[in-house]
Amino acid sequence: MRWKTEDITGWGRALTAESDIARPERAAHLATIASEGPVIGNRRSYGDACLNSGGKVIDATRLDRLLSFDPDTGILHVEAGCAVGRIADVFAPRGWLPAVMPGTGFATVGGCIANDVHGKNHHGLGSFGQHVEEITLIQDGRSKVVKAGSALFKATVAGLGQTGAIISAKLKLIPCKGDVMMVTEQRMDGWDDFLAHLDSSQATYTVGWIDATAKGDKLGRGILEEGETGYGLMDKPNKSKSVPFNAPHFALSKPIVKAFNNAYFKRVPASGRTSVKPIQDFFFPLDKIHDWNKLYGKRGFHQFQCVVPIDQAPVLREMLEVIASSSLASPLAVLKRMGAGSAGYMSFPMEGYTLAVDFPNRAQAGLLIARLEEMTENAGGKIYLAKDALCSAKRVKAMYPDLKQWQREAAKADPTRALETDMTRRLKLRDET
Amino acid sequence: MSNTWVILGATSSMARAFARQLSERGDSVILAGRDMDDLHATASDCALRGAPLAKAMNFDARKPETFTAILDMMADQSGTLNAAVFVGSMPEQSAIDADPSMIDGVIQDSFTGPATFLQSLAPMMEARDSGTVVGVGSVAGDRGRIGNYVYGAAKAGFHTYLSGLRNRLTRSGGHVVTVKPGFVDTSMTWGLEGMFLVATPDQIATAILKGVDKKKNVLYTPFFWRYIMRIIKSIPEPVFKKLSV
Repeated sequence: MRWKTEDITGWGRALTAESDIARPERAAHLATIASEGPVIGNRRSYGDACLNSGGKVIDATRLDRLLSFDPDTGILHVEAGCAVGRIADVFAPRGWLPAVMPGTGFATVGGCIANDVHGKNHHGLGSFGQHVEEITLIQDGRSKVVKAGSALFKATVAGLGQTGAIISAKLKLIPCKGDVMMVTEQRMDGWDDFLAHLDSSQATYTVGWIDATAKGDKLGRGILEEGETGYGLMDKPNKSKSVPFNAPHFALSKPIVKAFNNAYFKRVPASGRTSVKPIQDFFFPLDKIHDWNKLYGKRGFHQFQCVVPIDQAPVLREMLEVIASSSLASPLAVLKRMGAGSAGYMSFPMEGYTLAVDFPNRAQAGLLIARLEEMTENAGGKIYLAKDALCSAKRVKAMYPDLKQWQREAAKADPTRALETDMTRRLKLRDET
Repeated sequence: MSNTWVILGATSSMARAFARQLSERGDSVILAGRDMDDLHATASDCALRGAPLAKAMNFDARKPETFTAILDMMADQSGTLNAAVFVGSMPEQSAIDADPSMIDGVIQDSFTGPATFLQSLAPMMEARDSGTVVGVGSVAGDRGRIGNYVYGAAKAGFHTYLSGLRNRLTRSGGHVVTVKPGFVDTSMTWGLEGMFLVATPDQIATAILKGVDKKKNVLYTPFFWRYIMRIIKSIPEPVFKKLSV
């Protein structure tokens, strides 16, 4: 297997690691090198979950085949390098969808498992890992089938690749009506209005865009999107566009972001509206712009995402105040209600509200995020490791109560710690305490 | 009319991408190669993407006895018969310098093996007055260069064979597309120095399929390689022999 040296970044591009990387095209080749370093996918985690400075990483994206599907049970066996959006492309026209889809269709099945991702239906169907029946790992050169419910399964789901190379999985798909969405968008005039609507929404899929630059009585304003799958005929979605170069510094400066957010808010009429969209446009709105992360320039960006318990909602409001007065927020900010569902020891989801906000990578952003992390911890919440590049070991330990169980399984599965990443080292996740 | 494609060298990433796109159009695919585990995985993938028939079969360009079962399988299919050839091997030129007997293997993998197979398939295609052959050659076959001239020579031979086969099959309504890919992001080129304007296997597959539909004769893909190669071919030999391009 040929290795090449490459600078690798996560989606946020704030951190870079030089690694030797191999990209096997056959499962047999992957098995022979799987114990040399962690396996990575399409690098859609934001921070350093997919980085291994000075070590090796294995890119599994060429192993992306659909292996079997049982229309009686909806169980799809698929190689881990397959992007979740491609599964939707193939199966939605036949009436099936992955039960859980994250905000980008480029995330691989392996990555969705290793981060136990959630989607716009978390309040109803829980996390990605809850719909996985079985995972095939390569441990020490041999393949091992891990069934849902076992301790190794709970350590593999949201396990950041530390229990072995995930090479395939059996996913339980859910029936859908077709590959279009009925989407209702409504303006939310402020924080209280937003929470009330999130709490009372009956929709299968919901997501809130929030204007993180709004202050005063507009604080917490945004747009609530509610969606249901439907059957219909539409033009094929337009070809995707790409961002060809790093945007200059001022592209996301305060006046531009404020103007953009204002226009984005007013895009939806005051009366609200319902429209029909291709399924990809609803689930993966940003995938149409390839490499949109370059809009943040070559220094990259950070995404802060936390979840806090229901009764701590006022803390989120405080966070928004802090963010709005910082003038650092970008247009990308999302608010969602989460259910209790999660499938791994290190899973992010818990019952509560989750807030995600992007910040360009500046010195002040680091300080602001540290403050938001502290507020999250004090509220009994968590930050999402798939997005993280900045948190401290101590804080993550306090937020993840099942860390010890996970450490025990990871130590058994990878005793030499060959699968460690920059993230596991930074957060001392594998250091048993 | 139903279409069946036999894909020689179906474990390559370009072939895999091509087989997928054919399957999504509703064509049947016979995936021929040596790594049967890998071919079975691709066959499942193709079937789930819409291929009415997707079958993995053993094929070794250096073992003509493996051809018979595949040809029989093709003969059993109704409708139009088509073939796409992605086989070939490109050892380091220095390895060949050290062991000149490796030349035979390169020629068999990249030229005589697939040509022997196509020679047996051609009468079946003629009998049905239809069918397309896609032959993947290489820009390396356009001019011999110090870095890979054995591989280049094998591909040049294959290009000439394909041109003759095109001349023959045209008479019975068939067609041959000679494909000359430039740099493609595959395991063969992973980590090699000096790569530029690299295309993905998916882009190449899309271009090939378009070339098939439009009955292109010689397809450079990505398209600008036609111009790059025109320049390289136009360099006079007295100059060219001193270059290392």
